[in-house]
Amino acid sequence: MRSAGGFRNRGLAKTLDWWLIGCWALLVCIGLTNIYASIHSTEPEHIFAWSCRSGKQAVWILTSIGIAGLILFVIPPRAYEGLSLPIYIGVGLLLISVIFLGIEVKGSRSWFAFGPIRFQPAEISKISTSLLLATVMSQLGYKIRRWKDFILTALIILIPMAIIVLQSETGSALVYVGFIFMLYREGLSGWLIFLVGMAVLLFILTLTVSPYVAVLTLAGVASLCICLYSRRLKWWLIICVPLIVLFCFVPRIFGAVDALSGINPLWVLLGCIFLALPFVAFQAFRERNTFTHLGILSFIAGVVLVFSADFIFNDVLQDHQRKRIEVLLGMKEDPSGVGYNVNQSKIAIGSGGFFGKGYLNGTQTTYGFVPEQSTDFIFCTIGEEWGFFGCSLVILLYVFLIWRLIYDAERSREAFTRIYGYCTACCIFMHLFINIGMTIGLMPVIGIPLPFVSYGGSSMWGFTAMLFIFIALNRNERKYF
Amino acid sequence: MAHNRKNKLLIGLCTAAFILLAKLFSIQILDDRYKLASENNSLVYNTVYPTRGIIHDRNGKILVGNKVAYDLMVTPREVGEFDTLAFCKALDVSPEFVRAKMKEYRMFRSRIGWRTVVMIKQLPQETYMRFAEVAYKFPGFRGQARSIRDYPYNAGGNLLGYVSEVDADYIKRHEGEYQAGDYAGKTGIEAARESLLKGEKGYNIMLRDSRNKIMSEFMGGDMDKEAVPGKDITTTIDAQLQHYGQMLMENKVGSIVAIEPSTGEILAMVSSPGIDVEMLADIGKHYGEISSNPYKPMFNRTVQSPYPPGSVFKLVNGLIGLQEGVITPDSRYPCKMGYHFGKNRLGCHSHKSPVDLEESIMMSCNAYYCYVFRDLIESGKMGNIPQSMDKWSEYVKSFGFGMKLGSDFPSELGGFVPDTKYYDRVYGKGRWKATTVISLSIGQGELGCTPLHIANLCATIANRGWYYTPHIIKDSEHVRIDDRFRKKNYTKVDTTHFHKVVGGMYRAVNSGFGSGGTASIAAVEGLEICGKTGTAQNPHGDDHSVFMCFAPKDNPKIAVAVYVENGGFGATWAAPIASLMTEKYLTGEIGSSRKALEQRVLDGNLLNKVKTK
Repeated sequence: MRSAGGFRNRGLAKTLDWWLIGCWALLVCIGLTNIYASIHSTEPEHIFAWSCRSGKQAVWILTSIGIAGLILFVIPPRAYEGLSLPIYIGVGLLLISVIFLGIEVKGSRSWFAFGPIRFQPAEISKISTSLLLATVMSQLGYKIRRWKDFILTALIILIPMAIIVLQSETGSALVYVGFIFMLYREGLSGWLIFLVGMAVLLFILTLTVSPYVAVLTLAGVASLCICLYSRRLKWWLIICVPLIVLFCFVPRIFGAVDALSGINPLWVLLGCIFLALPFVAFQAFRERNTFTHLGILSFIAGVVLVFSADFIFNDVLQDHQRKRIEVLLGMKEDPSGVGYNVNQSKIAIGSGGFFGKGYLNGTQTTYGFVPEQSTDFIFCTIGEEWGFFGCSLVILLYVFLIWRLIYDAERSREAFTRIYGYCTACCIFMHLFINIGMTIGLMPVIGIPLPFVSYGGSSMWGFTAMLFIFIALNRNERKYF
Repeated sequence: MAHNRKNKLLIGLCTAAFILLAKLFSIQILDDRYKLASENNSLVYNTVYPTRGIIHDRNGKILVGNKVAYDLMVTPREVGEFDTLAFCKALDVSPEFVRAKMKEYRMFRSRIGWRTVVMIKQLPQETYMRFAEVAYKFPGFRGQARSIRDYPYNAGGNLLGYVSEVDADYIKRHEGEYQAGDYAGKTGIEAARESLLKGEKGYNIMLRDSRNKIMSEFMGGDMDKEAVPGKDITTTIDAQLQHYGQMLMENKVGSIVAIEPSTGEILAMVSSPGIDVEMLADIGKHYGEISSNPYKPMFNRTVQSPYPPGSVFKLVNGLIGLQEGVITPDSRYPCKMGYHFGKNRLGCHSHKSPVDLEESIMMSCNAYYCYVFRDLIESGKMGNIPQSMDKWSEYVKSFGFGMKLGSDFPSELGGFVPDTKYYDRVYGKGRWKATTVISLSIGQGELGCTPLHIANLCATIANRGWYYTPHIIKDSEHVRIDDRFRKKNYTKVDTTHFHKVVGGMYRAVNSGFGSGGTASIAAVEGLEICGKTGTAQNPHGDDHSVFMCFAPKDNPKIAVAVYVENGGFGATWAAPIASLMTEKYLTGEIGSSRKALEQRVLDGNLLNKVKTK
């Protein structure tokens, strides 16, 4: 077909990626029907009645189709590259001004209100950030491994993130962490992802379990890496593994023996490790092994992180701040607040069984046991009424969408399109994983919407625009090549 | 390399999706816990409220019963257009009220959903019946029967106490026993016996569908729990006597306490002005009116008001004097219009001089007790002054003064009896002596006690030296009273001394007018009333009129203490009231010769003398 279509101006039907548009349409319809299911008992109106949320969502969908048409037919795809910096700056100013001019919704100032219509600029800042990233990183001579370029890239991501944290929308800011996958694709060292992941793991372990366990884990991982790199896996298995197992039981032994109960096992562990470090360092020095030195430095940095996390959490933070983190990490039961939401949400999803209770027959989501059921917790309605079967379909649909985005991005010849495609995929992935993870208790409660499905105009417009900009970019390439 | 990285990312994507699906699989298919919890969520527990226990008087009459009232319930979702005027006419409410309510329901419609809410509380039966006839015109509205308190006798709101909805604070204090919407006794007998009266709630379990509509009974009602009605209790109150006391105290501020000396049972307990029983059933509606009344009807004076005992306390000092041997029944002291010490004088009224013990009681001589008290403190028989003071204090406390008597009536006040430590603090160590605190001899000064204390003193003297702790719940088969109410409490004064002061009390009442007896007005032919007047000085206005008496002299059946605030001399108001109470209780009616006195008391109005702030 492609050859028959000629070289220029191939028809619309042949250049658009209908798979992506189909996914979008399916998800939007799933969202609309489930929003109606979640509200139909309290507002028993028709699904398209303007006064209820499903009716409003229908309006958001229609306007998004308008936006999509605008992007596909009116805005020339070539314009994005040149406009990305002004757009980025403009959205940045919007983000700052909303802190002062916006209205307060549930403790965060991230919404503009124009009469009855509310708008959250954080939703479009994902697009502007992606566009600027794509522009900067597709420049000739850009190398992510060069410090200057890396810092510039990091700044582009961190600036909107910081402003959104200032709006007290920490959840939305977390989505930007997802850009790290795109950076990895563009050549960022995998070790960086590994180090960031380890830092987060250590932080959570320190607070939820104990600094002792955090340090022990760190020692295990660091020694494994060092041994693997210098091809001494056998040594690791013979020496390190028994030591780690031994130290697992040290706190219990210390607790049981009276004479030792006054000693903090953490100091014993650290003492042993720092006695061993000089030997490892000396060995590495003899072998001219830089990796081992870096490994030792990272290990020391990790120990400092554990102690500072512990110190900041217990001594610097105020009570109410501590409590918020504790609830976020699930360290404290909070049955009336956040913990209640998760529990009710799990009950709703869990009660769905394999095939669910059937459309409009859910009892949990319709009695209002689950809060925010049409926005952040919309997945509960799907889980309860469509069961495991429906949940799997929805998740697979998202996986297909993300896979298709990556597929198209890889096929494109322009770096700009590829990078922008990866950015879109990362954002959708982060929203998907955090949102569904939250409703089933895998993730802490972070109030971010499920793309295309959750109720809300801002997120509907934002994600639609983001996706269709990619479709337009992609089409542009297909048109001419 | 790029290709490799793309594949790694895709593997990561699939792993993440697998993690989500695995967790979903575990909670949706493997784990049954969530299905059970969801079942609980969709069951509705409809509470069935028990009827409260009935409160009887000592003769089996019902003091507090139950009657049916109706709450008008509305399910806003089922209400259509209706004739507002007809609705208002049937229910006796204003159209504005109905419109305001309906507007409220519209505003909160999403929160109310399909639920049914209370629109009007406690409709009287007649009003509801009128509505029920036309109720078919008003879909969505229905009545729900509820049992509320009913009071056949006007036995006094303060005594019976009221029942009202529990608030957050109350629920917190009674961990796990109450929920919002429950009712509990808050004062009086209702509060004292709450645990018996309240009964146990039950519930009906209903199933509902996803539209919050009730479908059917869950398992045919097999899992329902029936409500257990509250236990009936019998009080020691005599309904007729209580009612009569309320009538006598109308338009006066004060209290009456009557006790059966041989058992310690409280026969009547009147605090005036009190809460009318008419208001009790729906206390919430009248609460503002009651709490803004300047005479404080909520305040139960019988157990909460601290008064100086006044001259009735002379009996205690006389008894201590006899016990310590500072006087004998024949000791005589002079009275020259009072007791003179240094340049000071504690005044007395004019009566013959000198007087012995019986005459001193009969004529209520102040000087006599100044001599007795001074001897008690300073004669050295009980040690030096501080030791004597403490010992005197111990004696007084053994009569139940200065502490909570420990009755089963709630919120009893302890009162106060001073001792050496107290005076050392006020005047300094060694800087006070008997004359400094001489007003204690005639029951004034720092002494504080409640009418219940005085009634208990009267019962103690009637019993010649012991008392049962006063109580208001009668011992019966299914409600046993506490063992502390079965134990005789002896005072530190030997029982052999009591007949000497009883003689004085008998003569105070029965010597006839002109003899100098202070309470001749209380005499009733054939009843052998023994009494003692008191005039409690009151720095804020006219003196309080105090009287206590018991009858008959041997094997007494009733001991009464009366306080009339700002009533002047004991003989003016308190003595007639106490004697009328006694006569009513012992003979069942008021003799014709005393009808005029009864009328004077019933007509008496002292409210304008009472200072209210």
